Amino acid sequence: MGRKLLLEKAGIENIRQYDVYRQNGGYSAQEKAYKMAPADIIEEVKKSGLRGRGGAGFPTGLKWSFLAKPEGVPRYLVCNADESEPGTFKDRYLMEFLPHLFIEGLAISSYALGANTCYIYIRGEYAWIPDILEQAIAEARNAGFLGKNILGTGFDLEIYVQRGAGAYICGEETALLESLEGKRGNPRIKPPFPAVKGLWGCPTVVNNVETLAAVVPIINIGGEEYAKIGIGKSTGTKLISACGNINKPGVYEIDMTISVEEFLYSDEYCGGIPNGKRLKACIPGGSSVPIVPANLLLKTAKGEKRMMTYESLADGGFQTGTMMGSGGFIVLDEDQCVVRHTLTLARFYRHESCGQCSPCREGTGWMEKILQNIEYGKGKMSDIDLLWDIQSKIEGNTICPLGDAAAWPVAAAIRHFRDEFEWHVLNPEESQKRNFGLAHYADPLEVSVA
Amino acid sequence: MAEEKKLFKVTIDNITTEVEPGTTILMAARKIGGDIVPPTMCYYSKLQNTGGYCRTCLVKVTAGSTADPRPMPKLVASCRTAVMDGMVVENITNPAVLEARKGVVEFLLINHPLDCPVCDQAGECDLQDLSYEHGTEGTRSEFRRRTFERIDIGPYIQLHMTRCILCYRCVHTANQVAGSREHGVLDRGDHAQIATYIQQSLESPMIGNVIDVCPVGALTDRTFRFKNRVWFTKPMDAHRDCPHCKGSVRLWLRGDDVLRVTARKDQWGEVEDWICNECRFEKKKVSDWVIEGPTQLNRHSVINAGHYTNAAKPTEFLKEVMNGHAPRLLLDIHTVSGVNMVDLNDLPGPATGATFNGNPNAFGHNPTDVKEGVGRNMAGTDSTNPNTP
Repeated sequence: MGRKLLLEKAGIENIRQYDVYRQNGGYSAQEKAYKMAPADIIEEVKKSGLRGRGGAGFPTGLKWSFLAKPEGVPRYLVCNADESEPGTFKDRYLMEFLPHLFIEGLAISSYALGANTCYIYIRGEYAWIPDILEQAIAEARNAGFLGKNILGTGFDLEIYVQRGAGAYICGEETALLESLEGKRGNPRIKPPFPAVKGLWGCPTVVNNVETLAAVVPIINIGGEEYAKIGIGKSTGTKLISACGNINKPGVYEIDMTISVEEFLYSDEYCGGIPNGKRLKACIPGGSSVPIVPANLLLKTAKGEKRMMTYESLADGGFQTGTMMGSGGFIVLDEDQCVVRHTLTLARFYRHESCGQCSPCREGTGWMEKILQNIEYGKGKMSDIDLLWDIQSKIEGNTICPLGDAAAWPVAAAIRHFRDEFEWHVLNPEESQKRNFGLAHYADPLEVSVA
Repeated sequence: MAEEKKLFKVTIDNITTEVEPGTTILMAARKIGGDIVPPTMCYYSKLQNTGGYCRTCLVKVTAGSTADPRPMPKLVASCRTAVMDGMVVENITNPAVLEARKGVVEFLLINHPLDCPVCDQAGECDLQDLSYEHGTEGTRSEFRRRTFERIDIGPYIQLHMTRCILCYRCVHTANQVAGSREHGVLDRGDHAQIATYIQQSLESPMIGNVIDVCPVGALTDRTFRFKNRVWFTKPMDAHRDCPHCKGSVRLWLRGDDVLRVTARKDQWGEVEDWICNECRFEKKKVSDWVIEGPTQLNRHSVINAGHYTNAAKPTEFLKEVMNGHAPRLLLDIHTVSGVNMVDLNDLPGPATGATFNGNPNAFGHNPTDVKEGVGRNMAGTDSTNPNTP
């Protein structure tokens, strides 16, 4: 049984309510933190080795230390709750079932950063969660953990919940800030980074929900103790949202000492693949990270077990080329078609591209059309090479990482499953016959050249 | 004594220059000039916050600075990246940069129609230049390009979104120069489009400048559309005493007709002084202007074709080789044909400025140029080529 830090109280009845949360030790971390100096809290977070849980995995303490501190200018903490990555739904669980843990994390982090205003930017599709959060905020304020002169420290904090309109790009931190300012959610060109010039032009830290919630156990048990959990630079616990062809989809807290095999097949976690089918591939960190075939997912090049850690999954880009990402663990069994999955992802990224920069705007649409032709038996062998070339022209050449997110799934699918793409080209009639109940997709975009 | 400013040393394609802190890589390259200047489609130095969108100006920074000589991991947009002291940049000397730029050209041409023969911007199109200099001879895309209906946004400007490459220049111009936000970008991704709010018109007195900043033929001057090709017209610098702007313009003449009035542009194709709608659209007589003289253009420009300012006569050699005898004139075709006596304005089409706003039955009239209502005309299209998409 892995160690639980975030979901420790998840099974307690009515834990959503302030009284229940408080009776079970809630807000003790905030009381402890507010007796510390803000710099000491940052130091504690640094010691913990906590890495951003939104996908990039940047060290949180280091990010906090970058925050500019000019005189007379407010600082902001913005919580990125725009959890739009397909396959990722861990933050939803935290906000929905443990709102006070989340609010406590925000209060501690705001105090550490000297931010008197904190915004929670939540995706529009989570329509019911803002009400839960607002109720928790009101309860915390009534109890004196938010508002003016919190716990007699002289520190004031207000938390506002802002609903997004439902755009994936608004999960990119600078696009999120633009949206928060009431503008079109387009990513800003960096530098300047938000730590220097963020919301309303003021120094801003943008962190993910899980990252901020993790500050609570760090304060409770201490940074050093937190760092002892896990392996190497993958410290602490991590929430994984598992879905796809598994027996037990859901949100799991792992302590980053378990192997991928254990996570996938043990009853404690995913419970294996339904109907005894074989594992074909897995996208271990949300839809934007590269897909990994079964043979590379479970064992490393040295024949050792691959672990559920940032380093092991990334493998230095040598073998898997994938990453932990946001922790959206998507499993594909032997019956799944990689080409169709890649097309679905390409369609998503084409639709969600903001359209600011030309490689992403035009390239994502082009890739989708080619994939659609291949999937429906209208592709050519040269289309596979063309796809590879297009993704290489998008990757790294765009304003924000959405271009990379669109390119990587295509690149990895071709790299590991080229034979499937070729099968579609070589067997056009069989490709056309396949219909997974998606009849509305069965009309490929018109091809003007035969 | 004023403190001497510290200058940053930057090396671009092995050429070193010194620039003030805060200068971008692009502006440093422009200071050096020549082939090492990265092309730009969205950046406009006369407007704030432009650049970074089109990705044509990507360069490789092989050394960040003297203090931190590590290379930047990815290509960077030179128009939005400030130089550091000791920075080393590769532009045309780096194959990865050229490859990326080739990719950008291909991406931009996926949806941009190759209708240069009928496009009003032909001859002065930044995308045309970019594709010639950095593109390939063909596209690998086999899909139909997206198309839009043409919209007359106001009495003077026509928007043809089919050609738009979403550079945002016009949006910035409307915000910063015209003084009012009259249009913007709707939707996102490859279905994004420049649009007004529910097809309203652009009516600011300075809004005509969006035509000049458009790098392609998406925003065109309705008083000039399809009247002529730019290389058939003669650009002249002129000015007038204007109460709204400096009145310093470029006239595009055909004979004595002022077919078009634009702002003057510098060597980077950027407007020197913004001009008002009155100068641009209302003053179409030579007598409205004080002519300064022919515009000095790059001799490689297609617009410069046939416009000689310093014609050099060839050396007379026939007398020399004929031992001093003059050659015998067999036939003077000019005298016989009278070709030099023809007034171009009398020829039936292409149309002239006079025919656009005047009597449709006048000489030089092209029936498709007669406007009737908004966005449509008698022939159902305002193109001289009815097959124009």
